[in-house]
Amino acid sequence: MSRKLTYREAMREAMREALQRDPRVILIGEDVGRYGGTYAFSKGFLDEFGPERIRDTPLAELGFVGTGIGAALGGLRPIVEVMTVNFSLLALDQIVNTAALFHHMSGGQFSVPLVIRMATGAGRQLAAQHSHSLEGWYAHIPGIKVLAPATIEDARHMLAPALADPDPVVIFEHAGLFNLEGELPDIDGVDIASAKLRRTGRDVALITYGGCLPKTLAAAEMLAAEGIEAEVLDLRVLRPLDTAGIVATVAKCHRAVVIDENWKSGGFAAEVMARIMENAFYELDAPVARVCAEEVPIPYAKHLEEAALPQAEKIVAAVKEMFA
Amino acid sequence: MVIEHRPPPPPSGPVPWEKDFALKLLADMVRIRRMEEKCAELYGVGKIRGFLHLYIGEEAVAVGALHALTPQDNVVATYREHGHALVRGLSMNAIMAEMYGKQEGCVKGRGGSMHLFDKATRLYGGNAIVGGGLPLATGLALAAKMLAEDRITACFFGDGAVAEGAFHEAMNLAALWRLPVLFCCENNLYGMGTAIERAEAVTDLSAKAAAYGMPGLAADGMDIVAVHETTRAALARIKSDGGPVFVEYRTYRFRAHSMFDAELYRDKDEVEAWKTRGPIHTFTARLKSEGKLSEAEFLALDAAAQREVDEAVAFAEAGSWEPVEAMLRDVYSS
Repeated sequence: MSRKLTYREAMREAMREALQRDPRVILIGEDVGRYGGTYAFSKGFLDEFGPERIRDTPLAELGFVGTGIGAALGGLRPIVEVMTVNFSLLALDQIVNTAALFHHMSGGQFSVPLVIRMATGAGRQLAAQHSHSLEGWYAHIPGIKVLAPATIEDARHMLAPALADPDPVVIFEHAGLFNLEGELPDIDGVDIASAKLRRTGRDVALITYGGCLPKTLAAAEMLAAEGIEAEVLDLRVLRPLDTAGIVATVAKCHRAVVIDENWKSGGFAAEVMARIMENAFYELDAPVARVCAEEVPIPYAKHLEEAALPQAEKIVAAVKEMFA
Repeated sequence: MVIEHRPPPPPSGPVPWEKDFALKLLADMVRIRRMEEKCAELYGVGKIRGFLHLYIGEEAVAVGALHALTPQDNVVATYREHGHALVRGLSMNAIMAEMYGKQEGCVKGRGGSMHLFDKATRLYGGNAIVGGGLPLATGLALAAKMLAEDRITACFFGDGAVAEGAFHEAMNLAALWRLPVLFCCENNLYGMGTAIERAEAVTDLSAKAAAYGMPGLAADGMDIVAVHETTRAALARIKSDGGPVFVEYRTYRFRAHSMFDAELYRDKDEVEAWKTRGPIHTFTARLKSEGKLSEAEFLALDAAAQREVDEAVAFAEAGSWEPVEAMLRDVYSS
């Protein structure tokens, strides 16, 4: 039986369940304890699980992410919460040069069973240093897995397989989704290997993930009103990328638009487009299009921020141009 | 503090150890020295490639410190870690084969000189990011503490790492959370080619521990007795207090930073002066003067080290290349 809850509640439930199930699971991060989590994901955890397992850290990402890596190597199952992807750049050395490489550099001897969660994305007028979408950078790195839960279901169920994974998993949670409310179907779990169709259609494949999913679904409804049936593929897993899932929707619809809050130049959408060219070129009836963030640090002013980001209207326009 | 680039006076006083133990430590220093002299030679003829950072001159630090640890302790090291790996218990064969890039190497030829790892002896690298291993050590200690495992994590790093954020962040967390970490700073006075006084506002590194309320000790890193006794004291402190201890080992490398380094940043007189304080021959002289070592015994242990080196080279030469088809192996565990 399904039930209604928010994205935040779903993630909170997932973490609480993980902490209850396995005493090796700990939560490390800025304000995760006494404050209850900067986004209130861990509210009440300090009382329930105690300060040994719910560890507030200084605002020093390199140190506490690196400590999480060491703790994972030492036998714990840490969940490290980084407040935003912008701040994770201070820890980039530890994530890329240590966590991602350790298994390979040690000739397969050591594994780093670590989960790093961070908020990503714009839309809340937080200005440039709290609004960027850099998950495409992380998806570039072999040795880590990169997830982007965009639905209540994925927020609730992606953490468990991420924690069960022997390798480091980075989870990007779009801050614009935290208050999203929806039905959680009564399911056992989800995988962290495949993309998922969120809407079926026949005329155009809209390929997206994360914070752009609700906008893309809204665009699909607007298009349907005009007689264009769009299929919406939620990538969900940015690394390893589900090429077969991408090819399947392109082969069905013969047109594709990639929607991504990364900047266009060198962004993640470019990788998705390249996979289509490599694997489904002869299925295409039109050049693949993309709707990305404008090439600007995300501005504070509401009208400028909205204009800088992919929006349903922009997606609709891109699709219509394809049929023009 | 003005940094004195001249070596300290020679060690004095009796060696406070049983003969067997003293000879074991001397033998390990000689094993490192002979192995690395051979590495330099093999590099010259192209058998070893990449970056090769030799530890020659600093042997007393790895040998003295690591012999104070127990097998259940963790060790995190840097890119100048051949000595640490060897003393920790890796076979010279596995180390040499790794430097050759052979699949018989300790990480199957995936790491080379800078990335020696060994799960069996709890050696967590082989880290070539300066300071990168420090947060890792703090995390390993956190795990040990929370899992109630009786182990200390010893983290080796150079003076160059002390200027990095990773040093301060890791020291702060280890002290804040009272974690069993032995921070082992191998201060050889140069971060690559930059002398410490050109890189550090405060050159008395042991004093930095005070910023975290952590005990900070300093030892003559050219004197294996001082290294070992100071390390033992530090470990005892960690065991009784629970929290971390910082030890600065004041040492010197006789060779260049790496094989690509023309050493334009220091004069030969300085290097020669430090060589007179070389850890192997000063310790040898002390043991001989105390009647704990004969010339024949020294020659025997040196010959044993040389045999071990010859065997390791033969092992590496006879090793095989990993098939290219296996290249993508070990990127992910699953």
